Amino acid sequence: MKKVEVFGTGCKTCIATEDMIKNKAKSIGVEIDLYHIHDPVEIASRGIMTTPAVIVDGTLVHKGGLPHDAEIEGWIK
Amino acid sequence: MLEIFTALADAVTYDLLRVDSQTRLGEAVHFFIEDTAKIFFLLTFLMLIVGFLRSWVSPEKVRYWLEGKPKMIAYALAVILGAVTPFCSCSSIPLFIAFLSSGIPLGVTMAFLITSPMVNEVAAILFGEAIGWHFTLAYVVVGMATGMVGGMFIDGLKLEKWVEPFVFQVKRADGELNEPQITIKKRFSHAWDETVDILKRVWLYVLIGVGVGAGIHGFVPQEWFITHAGTDNVFAVPLAVLMAVPLYSNVTGVVPVAEVLMEKGLPVGTTLAFIMSTVAISLPEIVILRKVLKPPMLVFFIVYLALAFIIVGYGFNWLYQ
Repeated sequence: MKKVEVFGTGCKTCIATEDMIKNKAKSIGVEIDLYHIHDPVEIASRGIMTTPAVIVDGTLVHKGGLPHDAEIEGWIK
Repeated sequence: MLEIFTALADAVTYDLLRVDSQTRLGEAVHFFIEDTAKIFFLLTFLMLIVGFLRSWVSPEKVRYWLEGKPKMIAYALAVILGAVTPFCSCSSIPLFIAFLSSGIPLGVTMAFLITSPMVNEVAAILFGEAIGWHFTLAYVVVGMATGMVGGMFIDGLKLEKWVEPFVFQVKRADGELNEPQITIKKRFSHAWDETVDILKRVWLYVLIGVGVGAGIHGFVPQEWFITHAGTDNVFAVPLAVLMAVPLYSNVTGVVPVAEVLMEKGLPVGTTLAFIMSTVAISLPEIVILRKVLKPPMLVFFIVYLALAFIIVGYGFNWLYQ
């Protein structure tokens, strides 16, 4: 199971990103381990300064703005 | 090239709508059509280019470039990069913590944080179109100078005491996070998304702003502003700065109005002060920073910006008298 981390301090785009990933995983039937990290100290100490950012199994795959639907499938499959 | 919009407004106003060109209504309608068409065209076209070009800079890269630089170079870099690097207000806290934990001085970090929202690309484009591209230049230069001087004050006055102490205990992230791989195609699609997003956010303000502008253009007599808000009125500049505070984020609506106000005789400096406070003094965004900055620092921040714009206003009024 892939570990997907969404980093965001609570802005609309960050929440939408988390929802998009959740929905995508459900619709293609892939189980993922999804976390949403809100704490700015943890976000900063992971080296992230642009939110929302997405890290899948330790690799940064996205930052800033909403991801595209097709991209998400590529990350979690 | 932009004459095409005058021709379009001519055709729609006089031929299609059959409004008499000699009437006030005719002038107002013509102004509205010409300006909305021109603004939407320029915004779309220039935002695509800006969005594409700036996909090469990011706060993460800025931090890397600023780390360990001599102070003067770091200040200059911070405001130049601040002018071109976008970041959303919800990223400002992690950004602030990450900069300080990498040893970037507080003054330099603040110079970046002040400049980045103040030099706003949408405002710059609208400014150039409405008032003239040399004012875009004045706006950008003044914005960077305000950021740099603000940062230097914070550094000189040793205002680290007004930063929440936990920030200084955060350790710098080990190792570099690699940037995600971006193809040219993805940069374009990113720029496109961003442009659509901005248009969606601002279209209504543009229409309202141009509508109000068109009304003033057609119906308010020339002498009104010269009498009430000309250079003779010493309170005009501070008043303009104060009035701009609640208008935050509606800069797209404010610029078309400012264009007409200038045409009706509102002095350059007063207009510049008004627009800059609209863009930069944003109470909700300043309050977000409360998580890392103590209240006196927030007050300092707001008072400094207001004073800076008042000085800019008087200065430009004097220069262009």
